[in-house]
Amino acid sequence: MKYLILIHSNPKSRAVWETLTDEQRYAFGKGHLELSAALAESGELVVSEGLVDPSLAKWVSVRDDKTLTSDGPFAEAKEHLAGFYLVECESYERAVEIAARAPDARYGAVEVRPVLDMSTWDL
Amino acid sequence: MTPSVEDLLRDLAPQVLGALVRRYGGFDTCEDAVQEALLAAALQWPTEGLPDNPRGWLVTVASRRRTELWRNETARRRREENLAAQAAPDPEPAPAVDDTLALFLLCCHPALTGVSQVALTLRAVGGLSTGEIARAFLVPESTVGQRISRAKQRIKASGAEFRMPPSEEFPERVATVLRVLYLIFTEGHTASSGAALNRVDLTTEAIRLTRQLHARLPDDGEVTGLLALMLLTDARRPARTLPNGALVPLAEQDRSRWDAPAITEGKELITTALATTRIGPYQLQAAIAAVHAEAATSEDTDWHEILGLYTLLGSIAPGPMVSLNRIVAHAMVHGPRAALEQLAEAERDPALVGHHRVHAVRAHLLDQAGEHDSAREAYLLAARTTLSLPEQRYLEARARAVVDGGGASGNGGIGGTDRSSGDGMPSTSGRD
Repeated sequence: MKYLILIHSNPKSRAVWETLTDEQRYAFGKGHLELSAALAESGELVVSEGLVDPSLAKWVSVRDDKTLTSDGPFAEAKEHLAGFYLVECESYERAVEIAARAPDARYGAVEVRPVLDMSTWDL
Repeated sequence: MTPSVEDLLRDLAPQVLGALVRRYGGFDTCEDAVQEALLAAALQWPTEGLPDNPRGWLVTVASRRRTELWRNETARRRREENLAAQAAPDPEPAPAVDDTLALFLLCCHPALTGVSQVALTLRAVGGLSTGEIARAFLVPESTVGQRISRAKQRIKASGAEFRMPPSEEFPERVATVLRVLYLIFTEGHTASSGAALNRVDLTTEAIRLTRQLHARLPDDGEVTGLLALMLLTDARRPARTLPNGALVPLAEQDRSRWDAPAITEGKELITTALATTRIGPYQLQAAIAAVHAEAATSEDTDWHEILGLYTLLGSIAPGPMVSLNRIVAHAMVHGPRAALEQLAEAERDPALVGHHRVHAVRAHLLDQAGEHDSAREAYLLAARTTLSLPEQRYLEARARAVVDGGGASGNGGIGGTDRSSGDGMPSTSGRD
């Protein structure tokens, strides 16, 4: 079963980040690298990435078969996705255990969502 | 019909691996060597023709490769530790022993996690490549590769050996193998599997592997039961989805599209097992699937029989999904009101609190009872909380049908008769 672990950035988490010392920030980054490495090693990591600032985002829409891109809206969004881990593991409990190892969980909260699957039963 | 090279290779894979491990020991390196020999054969045989003795060819090539791998490893170790290399033993003629069963038991060793057991079984017994397994499970190849190498490390570390476990452990070890095979089967139970080219069909692979196990343990009732359950369930596959991928509930399936030979075989297997061996959960689930298969139309279904089988299943292997399925059968025999009362009772089980299947069953029972507004709400709640996309679409359609005044078809729509049902091991379906 696959789970997406979402790391959100919001005013509260950014305020916490401002209070961290350089050592703490270094440990934070290292914590993510170590978590990725440990999940790759255990065969549970599908993919993990961090995302750049949302001011660099493009919004894409198609109207009358024409692709339109725009840079906004971004200034209004107080919360944005900062990174994610897609993992495949044994149980929801295990996914929560993994999420708890994300350094962000120590300062704020990370979100865990099961991925919709294509499985069917006989109904 | 002559089997394809691919089928032949997969059948030979466990035999060749068994021969190598017996000859040299060291499951880890032997397994890598067999993978490489299979790959070489897959490239050569289709163009150059089959060798006279395909098994012997594979054993020879794998042995050679194993020696190379072993030498590299020894040389590395010697450089690191300055140890004298031990001479590689000369190949001896492989004894005519079938090691497939020992291989099954080793790959499903209890020290391994479920996902590792699955990956290792498919590769070492099933002869699938890491890439094929990765595509089948929609994960990166590196993820599967890591699961396999980790599984091998664990096997090594746990001191597990390539031989039969003591007889007192045997039933439990076989039960683990069955759980792994059933997990592979249910993983393959996807709406998209028929359309997805270049993807191994895990359902078919699970049946093939279970057949191999059954051939080695013909008198084990649960092995027979699982094979029957898989055949009877898979027989419905052609009728289970529409070309657009939409689910067709059991009650509305076009039964003429069911695979008749598979049903016949499944029924024969389960009839023999029930008559000759000790009863178990897989046999009971297969028996339930057989009762469905026997009904020419959904109206002809013998729900009394199904209710009795679920009650028995609940007594030998209780579990939340068994309770739900029994309640659906209860509704078919005693009416939706009586079943709704039982549902309220069953819902106290912490494992079922807020579970989407409770909402789905309630929706269906309310629908049958004519309480359309409540039914619609329950269908939508179930749709919102299910983890399966096709099921979500089905439940949403059901909710719309209530609004349109369509109502329930008056049959066991959402009951669920096999998938994630009564084996008392909800974790095997991975989504309960």
